[in-house]
Amino acid sequence: MLKMTRLGVAAALALSVSATAVFAENIKIAFIDPLSGPFATTGTNGLAEYQFAADYFVNQKGGVGGRNFEIVGFDNKMDGKESLINLQVAIDQGVHYVVQGNSSGIAHAITDAVNKHNKRNPDSRVLFLNYSAVDPALTNEACNFWHFRFDANADIKMDALTDVIAANADIKKVYVIGQDYSFGKAVADAAVKMLGEKRSDVEIVGNELHPIGKVKDFTPYARKIVASGADAVITGNWGSDMVGLGKAIIEAGFTGPIYTYYAASNGITGTFGEAGVGKINLVSEGSLNPSANADVDAYVDAFEAKFPDHDIAQPRIANVVRMLAMAIEKAGDADDVVAVAKALEGMEADNFWGGKLMMRPQDHQIIQDVYVMQQAAGVKHKLDNSDYGLETAVKVENASADIATTCQMERP
Amino acid sequence: MTDTTQKDTAIAAGSGITLGRALPWIIVSLFLLVLPWIFGSNSAITIMNQMMITVVFALSYNMLLGQGGMLSFGHAVYMGVGGFMVMHIMNLIEDYSLPVPMPLLPVFGGLFGLGLATIVGSFSTRRAGTVFAMISLGIGELIAACSIIIVAFFGGEEGIKGDRTYGLPVFGVEFLQQKEVYFVIAGWTVLATLLMYLFSRTPVGRMANAVRDNPERAEFLGYSARWVRFYSFCAAGFFAGVAGGLFAINYEILTEQNLNTVQSGVILLIAFLGGVGFFFGPIIGAVVFTLLQSVLSLQSEIWQLYVGALFVATVMFFPGGLAGVLMMHVPAWRLGKLGSLVVPYIKTVIPAMIGILGLAALMELVFHARHAAAGEDEITLFWTTFDGFSVLPWALASIACVGGIWIARATAPGLRAAWHRANTPDRRPAA
Amino acid sequence: MDLVVINLIDGLFYGLLLFMLSSGLTLIFSMMGVLNFAHASFYMLGAYFAYQISQYIGFWPGLLFAPILVGIGGALIERYGLRRVHQYGHVPELIFTFGLALLIEELVKFFWGNNLMPYREPEILKFVLFSVGSNAVPAYKIFMIFTSMAIFLALLYVLTRTRIGMIIQAALSFPRTVEALGHNVPLVFMGVFGVGTALAGVAGVLAGPVLGTFPGMAFVLGSIVFVTIVIGGLGSLWGALVASLLLGWLTTFAASSSFAFSTLLEGIGMVRPEDMDESMLRDLWTLTLPQIGPILPYILMILILVLRPYGLFGKRDV
Repeated sequence: MLKMTRLGVAAALALSVSATAVFAENIKIAFIDPLSGPFATTGTNGLAEYQFAADYFVNQKGGVGGRNFEIVGFDNKMDGKESLINLQVAIDQGVHYVVQGNSSGIAHAITDAVNKHNKRNPDSRVLFLNYSAVDPALTNEACNFWHFRFDANADIKMDALTDVIAANADIKKVYVIGQDYSFGKAVADAAVKMLGEKRSDVEIVGNELHPIGKVKDFTPYARKIVASGADAVITGNWGSDMVGLGKAIIEAGFTGPIYTYYAASNGITGTFGEAGVGKINLVSEGSLNPSANADVDAYVDAFEAKFPDHDIAQPRIANVVRMLAMAIEKAGDADDVVAVAKALEGMEADNFWGGKLMMRPQDHQIIQDVYVMQQAAGVKHKLDNSDYGLETAVKVENASADIATTCQMERP
Repeated sequence: MTDTTQKDTAIAAGSGITLGRALPWIIVSLFLLVLPWIFGSNSAITIMNQMMITVVFALSYNMLLGQGGMLSFGHAVYMGVGGFMVMHIMNLIEDYSLPVPMPLLPVFGGLFGLGLATIVGSFSTRRAGTVFAMISLGIGELIAACSIIIVAFFGGEEGIKGDRTYGLPVFGVEFLQQKEVYFVIAGWTVLATLLMYLFSRTPVGRMANAVRDNPERAEFLGYSARWVRFYSFCAAGFFAGVAGGLFAINYEILTEQNLNTVQSGVILLIAFLGGVGFFFGPIIGAVVFTLLQSVLSLQSEIWQLYVGALFVATVMFFPGGLAGVLMMHVPAWRLGKLGSLVVPYIKTVIPAMIGILGLAALMELVFHARHAAAGEDEITLFWTTFDGFSVLPWALASIACVGGIWIARATAPGLRAAWHRANTPDRRPAA
Repeated sequence: MDLVVINLIDGLFYGLLLFMLSSGLTLIFSMMGVLNFAHASFYMLGAYFAYQISQYIGFWPGLLFAPILVGIGGALIERYGLRRVHQYGHVPELIFTFGLALLIEELVKFFWGNNLMPYREPEILKFVLFSVGSNAVPAYKIFMIFTSMAIFLALLYVLTRTRIGMIIQAALSFPRTVEALGHNVPLVFMGVFGVGTALAGVAGVLAGPVLGTFPGMAFVLGSIVFVTIVIGGLGSLWGALVASLLLGWLTTFAASSSFAFSTLLEGIGMVRPEDMDESMLRDLWTLTLPQIGPILPYILMILILVLRPYGLFGKRDV
């Protein structure tokens, strides 16, 4: 009986795993992010952005060297183990490029696995294009040659945020609150350190961590924030923790700005609605309102027409696709990942969203313009099918281009 | 539910190893040995590794639920802690170049799982039933929360990483390739399964069944129900730790996700799906679930919905799980009448399958209609691509769904009658 | 001082929300002897139904109809699901509700997607009722507090003062005898299950706008509801009330305190290590009470189960 099941299982395995590995002419890009479970919204949104960008920038222009980009979605269920299985399946399907972004924890798992795999299997190497995981460690002590980050990391973003806070003379007291894990701590540490350097008169009236995904009612935290007399709040929260905290703070009567990393799209903008206008501030790259030029408007409109339920929540995805295409063009062969990686290293390009892009060779961290935006009503490009969107308040050009790194990578 | 296993042991008690009893184990081992040559791709091997790790974990879970009657909502904790310990040892080996061969590491995982189980079991196994279940839930939540707070040991949500290749080479093998790891895991799986099987045959294992069914009577016989539960609990902790060790070797990373309550819930699901009443039930559950997770999730975005429905249907209609369904046929097989069931089965099960597939197709169509991108009308279902907004596929799916289920319902009484006939011994014609 | 007052109000709000969930759960438990793992899922369904209804005819009809829908759904599940599984024993029953919780979450995602729903409180209650210090107390919260209190009083009245309540109470302890007296016990069970889930539905309708309406809302609240009724004593309505308020205030005050464990460590004579990175206890030194606030209920539950397995008010063993 046991044998029988195993046999059946094995047959099913062979079918499903090998059936998908037929097309060779497309350049496959494995998208490994949550497509089911509580974080699926971010994942499916990202996948839509990738598919759109690949069509728009590459396939409709005849591909790269005659080969089209094909985005293959893998559901990692926001689980490290599943991500590694996905990575293995992707490699077996002949994938050379892996993109992932949700959760720095999983990014650490993938970058480590990719590094080991490339060392152990030089004939099937892959590149890891990280489009969203912002833990600074990934381009510092945990960096390697195969990893490229297309988002500004947490330190760079905090640098921009604290510039804005430092310039605002009304802010005398700041409250820092975040989720109790590596990213939340990194945000808090960076905030305290940078504020101390830039405005020593600003008082940190609270620096607090709460358990991630476990708090049902954020009101007590909000009460403390209001009672502390803070003028501004800084938080790295995301998902339902962001909504819960934000709503509780606003409901408790807080009137100052809330500086965040991820308080937009995926229902968050719509849920805040009018209450968030002028209060929710967000640091990100790629400004939609105002847009840099008509190309950007055309792109965003085309995307919204095709995916009405999704948003351009991660503009950098367009840059990932464009820069990868340029690097493959330059290297001449999409299957020679070392050449492609060398082409990406130090690449300078125009940022589709305005400004310049530079992939720093020493740590593979991209340098680009970073914006601090504000929730606003009646903007041109709205989010969540609501009347609200993000409007740029401050632009920081080539943010932190000279930020220090401890990265020491081995190059092949 | 446990009739057949009971009978086996009644015969086996006291006798030595016979070829008949060793044969299944030998066949399975040989089968596992040749498997990597049938499916050589790394991804197939990775999925098989995952399957075997889940098998060990699920069997260890069933030592509690199936054999001891203890419902645990926090079993992943023991696997996780064992895995974390092995990872730390792996890193020590790398840092100090200790001469320890890597395949031995799961033993340490087991020992730490055992250690933690001894501490927790000392107070949690005093009662069975809801008290035990709730304590296990509390401990599970507690340790999962600690795993994020205590970064020094658990590494926060990033977890801790290691490299398995620094151990002492075994016959020149450094475990660079997945295939080499496969054999380590296969060996451990067979060994752990055998040990767990033998445990269920020991007096403690037998008493665990007695305590599960009727603790008072077991007490009257002079056995302390509490200690019997405690021993089962510790043994389950040990094997969960072994599974954790295997996980550490295979993935070279452990995170908080390995010991949180979601993981504990999943293993309950796996064990129940396979069937907790039989020793081999969780094995089937682990294999089927891993396949569903790895393969179905590549095919469908709403795979979790199917898994949930499958699980609820199993509990409602087949509380013995997949193993229970298989074992239901043993009486008919003994009577030599299994063949008479084939035709009624074809008449009922195949239309039912078509009906269910039709329903699934309808769900996919609805999901596609609601969530697909504008202009992307095409949908791929059952390896065919078509326009998801035309009438034909909807009509076909509806007809398959309604028709299949209707035929299945119509033929069900026939199946029931055939089932009854197949399970009744022939009467000798009256003289 | 202001903070203490405001925390008392917030704790009351959260505690009463917990009570609306745990009262139904504890009734169902004492009746059928099974912990309904899907109870929080009915809470989620309440919120989603109310959101959907509010899209068409406004908040107030939602408050009325959504719980009724949830209650009917619950009764049907009892009739066609739970009753069937009941014959297999308690463990399959519990596992059935566990699977149900999973299935309901997936169904919610199937119909409404993964996003947060923009489900908001009615405009009429969208104002600040009063402020304590600089902290504002929204009118909606006070409305919620009074609604749940009214529900508790009604429940108490029905259970202790009406004929139906008497039959329910009798059916809880002596189902056979009650059946012999000519009452339809399965119907009573179905009714109680329906009412219990409808109560959870009410909680969902009311909490949805405050705590957010998203597919994970059941999972977040799920296990804490069990903890509540285990601490209060299974089957005891008063126990559920006391435990709910206790947990409400415990988590609120823990979250708003700023107690650091380093003071405790220094108190017992330990010296703060010079180099934090080298110390194995470095995480203890930086730990604060708000960080572990949400797991305090679990610690409390384990202690209760080990020391007093029938809970604070329970009369019988768990």
